[in-house]
Amino acid sequence: MQEAMINKAKQLLADGIVDRVIGWKRGEFVYDITPAIFETAEELEKDFVYDDFTAANVSKYLVKESKKEGKILAFLKPCDTYSFNQLIKEHRVVRENVYIVGIPGGPKLDAEKIKEKGITGILSVKNENYTLKIETVYGEETMPFYEAVLDKCASCKSKKHMIYDELLGEEGDVLDSNRFDMVEKLENMTAQERYDFWREQLSKCIRCNACRNVCPACTCEKCVFDNPDSGIENKAPADSFEENMFHIIRAFHVAGRCTDCGECSRVCPQNIPLHLLNRKFIKDINTFYGEYQAGEDTTSRAPLNEYKQSDCEANIVHERGAE
Amino acid sequence: MQVNENKEFQPLIVAFCCNWCSYAGADLAGTNRLNYPDNIKIIRVPCSCRVNPMFILRAFQRGADGVILCGCHPGDCHYTSGNYFTRRRMTLLFSMLDFLGIERDRTRVEWVSAAEGAKFAATMNEFTEAVKKLGPNRRLEDLRCRKQ
Ligand code: SF4
Ligand code: SF4
Ligand code: SF4
Ligand code: FES
Repeated sequence: MQEAMINKAKQLLADGIVDRVIGWKRGEFVYDITPAIFETAEELEKDFVYDDFTAANVSKYLVKESKKEGKILAFLKPCDTYSFNQLIKEHRVVRENVYIVGIPGGPKLDAEKIKEKGITGILSVKNENYTLKIETVYGEETMPFYEAVLDKCASCKSKKHMIYDELLGEEGDVLDSNRFDMVEKLENMTAQERYDFWREQLSKCIRCNACRNVCPACTCEKCVFDNPDSGIENKAPADSFEENMFHIIRAFHVAGRCTDCGECSRVCPQNIPLHLLNRKFIKDINTFYGEYQAGEDTTSRAPLNEYKQSDCEANIVHERGAE
Repeated sequence: MQVNENKEFQPLIVAFCCNWCSYAGADLAGTNRLNYPDNIKIIRVPCSCRVNPMFILRAFQRGADGVILCGCHPGDCHYTSGNYFTRRRMTLLFSMLDFLGIERDRTRVEWVSAAEGAKFAATMNEFTEAVKKLGPNRRLEDLRCRKQ
């Protein structure tokens, strides 16, 4: 895939269709893949990477990049196209300035999950019939491929691109996803159990704000969490109230807008399952107001910007059985 | 929250009331001399949809044991549709609080018109009783704000 992508990018640059390319570059370790801009064929040859660790969604970068002069080429996985669509809907990107090549998605790998197996010093990985062969500085190791897959890919909702100018590779389908399983499991616990579960998770938060920074729905120029008058500006949570508040407000702000790209959980250095909060909102919206997935289109109204006279009353939450 | 040694726990309740219906309803309850608990602190807002989730959380942070939001009946909002948006927002917010294991009976939305003084008093009595049963808010309190 990497070769085909580099060739495609070089050709589009040479034909003058695009002026820049947003892709990924390798950092210090093999699994350190971060988005980067390329301007020439030489740069592409030298640094462009697309492999099993390339999970970053580049659509948020296009908010800034698409406002610059000239056209930019972006390679988007199916999940990324939902985010890009949502950004178009919210008038955050200049569509004309982006040339989208749809590429097949994951499953992508989670280096943390490999390290959890005690495998360190990773030099390279190879998927051979769903056994992961890992070259390390200490010799070769193996593990089942699916045990190293990122959580967001394990509960993928769609392999179909929602928007593109051109496709590279085969198009997939919207999947019958298991993404609400864990939300349901939590819903079936008692309030005390849920409280304990979330205390354990949320108390790990160091308020690095990475989840907000990476989120393609969090594109506010002035975020509440940057407001010096709010008393909660860029600081570590002082107690359980602030932890709860940050997470409730962050999730609420993206309710009905979250494209379920899973980036927030992926980047969290503390491994907090943030997607469960977003998915709870998606699930509630589906049950209360009808099926809706942000990013599927660019025209429909967001569920929180809309209402029906026949909507359920808020008390529905209180009537939902004991505990 | 106020705890007095010989007295039972008296919850502190914050009631957000929209100016056009519920606040007038509260007024009517007053002029009709209907009883409702004095631990209800009313905050007047222009419309129920002025209340964003942060207001509710802040109220809990500053010591509320229960928060109730009152607005005009659906269809009667002074600004036509404000309360319909409120309804969706609060449904999702309360559901999220529940998901995080925070007692859902500490929050409520109620539609009270300017003519429903009696309903206002009854609602407040009922809600205060419900919160009293739950005891002091511990799961969504800010320790730094706890009154000794
Ligand atoms: S990325 Fe994780 S640790 Fe950082 S602010 Fe978000 S939840 Fe907290
Ligand atoms: S909240 Fe998380 S899953 Fe939703 S759009 Fe933002 S980063 Fe993606
Ligand atoms: S947390 Fe809220 S205010 Fe901040 S960027 Fe996200 S949506 Fe905007
Ligand atoms: S004015 Fe009463 S709810 Fe809008």
